[in-house]
Amino acid sequence: MAMVVAREWREIPGKYNLEGTKCGCCGKIFFPARTFCPYCRRSSAGKMEAHRLSGKGEVFSFSIVHDNSGFNDRMMPYAVVMVKDDDGVMIEGQLVDVDFDKIEIGMRVRAMLRKLDEDGEAGVIHYGYKFVPEY
Amino acid sequence: MREVAIIGAGSTKFGELWGTSFRDLGIEAGAKALADAGLSGEEIDAVYVGNFASGSFIKQQNLDALVADYTGMATRNVPAVRTEAGGASGGVAFRQGVMAVASGMADRVIVGGAEKMTDLDDDRVGQILNACLDAEWEAGMGVTLTSIYAMIARRLMADGIATREEIASCAVNSHFHGARNPEAEYRKEIKLDTVLRAGPTCDPLTMFDGAPFSDGASAVILCPLEDARKITDKYVKVSAVAQASDTLAFFQRDSFTSFGATAAAAKEAYKLAHIEAKDIDVAEVHDVQTVGGVLALQDMGLYAKGEAGKAFLEGQTHFDADKVAINTSGGLKAKGNPVGATGVSQIAELYMQLTGTAGDRQVKDAKYGAAQSVGGTGSSVTVSILEAI
Amino acid sequence: MEGIVSYGAYVPRYRILPEEIGRVWGADGKSMGKGLMINQKSVPSPDEDTVTIATEAARYMMARVPEVSSADIGAVYIGSESHPYAVKPSSAIVAAAIGATPDMTAVDMEFACKAGTAGIQAGLAMVKAGYAKYAVAIGADTSQGAPGDALEYSAAAGGAAYLLGSENVIAQVNKTLSFTTDTSDFWRREGMMYPVHGGRFSGAPAYFRHVSTAAKNLMKAMGTEPADYNYAVFHQPNGKFPTRVAAQLGFQPEQIECGLLTPNIGNCYSGAVPLGLAHVLDHAKPGDRILVTSYGSGAGSDAFDITVTDAIKDYKRQNAPVLDDILSRTVVIDYATYAKYKNTIKMPEE
Repeated sequence: MAMVVAREWREIPGKYNLEGTKCGCCGKIFFPARTFCPYCRRSSAGKMEAHRLSGKGEVFSFSIVHDNSGFNDRMMPYAVVMVKDDDGVMIEGQLVDVDFDKIEIGMRVRAMLRKLDEDGEAGVIHYGYKFVPEY
Repeated sequence: MREVAIIGAGSTKFGELWGTSFRDLGIEAGAKALADAGLSGEEIDAVYVGNFASGSFIKQQNLDALVADYTGMATRNVPAVRTEAGGASGGVAFRQGVMAVASGMADRVIVGGAEKMTDLDDDRVGQILNACLDAEWEAGMGVTLTSIYAMIARRLMADGIATREEIASCAVNSHFHGARNPEAEYRKEIKLDTVLRAGPTCDPLTMFDGAPFSDGASAVILCPLEDARKITDKYVKVSAVAQASDTLAFFQRDSFTSFGATAAAAKEAYKLAHIEAKDIDVAEVHDVQTVGGVLALQDMGLYAKGEAGKAFLEGQTHFDADKVAINTSGGLKAKGNPVGATGVSQIAELYMQLTGTAGDRQVKDAKYGAAQSVGGTGSSVTVSILEAI
Repeated sequence: MEGIVSYGAYVPRYRILPEEIGRVWGADGKSMGKGLMINQKSVPSPDEDTVTIATEAARYMMARVPEVSSADIGAVYIGSESHPYAVKPSSAIVAAAIGATPDMTAVDMEFACKAGTAGIQAGLAMVKAGYAKYAVAIGADTSQGAPGDALEYSAAAGGAAYLLGSENVIAQVNKTLSFTTDTSDFWRREGMMYPVHGGRFSGAPAYFRHVSTAAKNLMKAMGTEPADYNYAVFHQPNGKFPTRVAAQLGFQPEQIECGLLTPNIGNCYSGAVPLGLAHVLDHAKPGDRILVTSYGSGAGSDAFDITVTDAIKDYKRQNAPVLDDILSRTVVIDYATYAKYKNTIKMPEE
């Protein structure tokens, strides 16, 4: 049995709700969450606040994955995107419920909870964000 | 700090080496390098080996001990160190070996790089390669190494930095040279159309934009420059070994059409070698995907942004074009891509070029050679500069 | 009075037509669809399940009431026949996804197709008792129907979520009651992939008896008659049953039209009545009166008498997609794609 339960569990805020952190010193937003700001370093210790991204943004770049065998079998082929969140933070993820020929740079998308993967038929299901076209 | 020289190099054939185990690979490359240097194993006092994922590929960790043991170093209790930095594992091993000699901690060092990939099926190999990304927030979300290169390619195209044809030409260049390298996995020239029309991996990239999964090993022998001439007349000087880091996840970068770590490492390397980018005659760059080659040329300052792709398309990168020759070994694309070996294999190629022993692909009067080795999507990069003596 | 403070509904994007299903099994799918009054049914993407559908519906629900703090949600109930886990609550996952955890209760419910409305009753009771400021009740399903079986023409995916409370309700629940017996008309044994049904037995003694009795009992208790309602929503395993039961009870076709989604999306099991009610609320005006009667095999019906309040005028429905938007963005797939999406193709072991 795959032993990824704790790993899964501790990332729930980021995976479900795009919860990152904001530096209490310089105001920079980070996703995923960081325990200290790489710019303010030690002075940011203890001053990192939880910050939830809007989950809405626009496609900065994209690709259609044809060859990531062993993952997402029933979704093949699938689209991946870099999304510039309206908070200004870049995120990567899949773009689903979309016609591939309609994907373009600048397209508006939003995050939605989907199944990312599962540990076989008996293991846990990994839920997390994917993007869908915004309307 | 002492100046360091390379006095020998050797590689196995790269490719699908079904009958060869990881142990066999390491022994063969090491023995060839030692023979090339005219040394015996008795004289080696430290071993560095670059390896990406033996724990996943062949379920073997503690690889330093295995290498020391099967190369006969363990009988003399010679220390061995394994380095891992994704695709830059070999480049980092080389830098560590150079530092050991430069510092005076060791006098005769063997730096190897090795990977045995074909003991697993392609599906699993692909997944293991994706572990060099941010496992949680990239690979875990369904984003793959190739798909990130594809997204970079799309941005290069959208921003007018390179066309699809220019990007694909990097593979044509690698095959042009691979055809001239007896040790290359693919010894056949290809046409641009072959790249463009191959099956998609991650759109817009195709099968022919990407380097293969290969088995193979390479090794070089280092010693202080002052000792080199006493040992052999075929040696080169290591003018610089620079390394730079960037964010693990690609999406956290400042730029998405360049690798900042390449630029930083190259800048540092030129400074250490007291040269400029225009002094480089031959360069081995990390073309794990074609777009990586384009990025390398611009980020190392060999071409201006927007000019690198053209250089590939127009064949300015050929060994005989009288410009900086790129990937004369065939690169990762045509010479093969045993991940941990590639960074060392690049050094071995430059050693041959700078000692005039590169045969059909010899760059005329090459003085300076540069090697760029990339881990992940540019999260760790080494740039090394070698100088003909 | 207690009632609905907010709601959200979600239906997956993909559709398959009865004639396409019939083509594969050598059946006259077109007339099958006509008989069932099902023009198409929704199909979940391979990465959707009851949890993701329920989460999306619940997020729409919360988006429409930005003034409500998710920390004030004291209970989350999800009724479904297709909880992704046999043991491990969907409700806890959805509660975490909408930020309602941890000071609250959550439980998964199952009563065939009426577990969604059972959750609404339980949620209303929690609010009325003062145990929770708000309760969330969701009915959602990725319904199972065995390949080739009549159910395959109707079993669909979708769900709706309801935020229940006692302040600022957009629709007050005047009364709810149930009618329950032990009747085996449709069931699925533990560990089995597909449900089994009693064929025509699922009609008169099951669906029709329970739905009409519960509806009549409710109208009797309220002193109302069909003409007093602007809308009526009945459980809709197909288009035929609710149309017939409505006529038997004396409702006009116009009264059930808005709350009848099955012809366009199929049977969403526990999500069916919650979706129908959501579509009515998408269109309802202050003062509108709605009769809702669910049905769950096994068997029972929950009936509700609901009045839309003035608060619906200021309700921020536009903060999330309404069903007419969602249902207009669809993609019809063939049976091969359907089989891939429904995981009925045997894939290699990993």
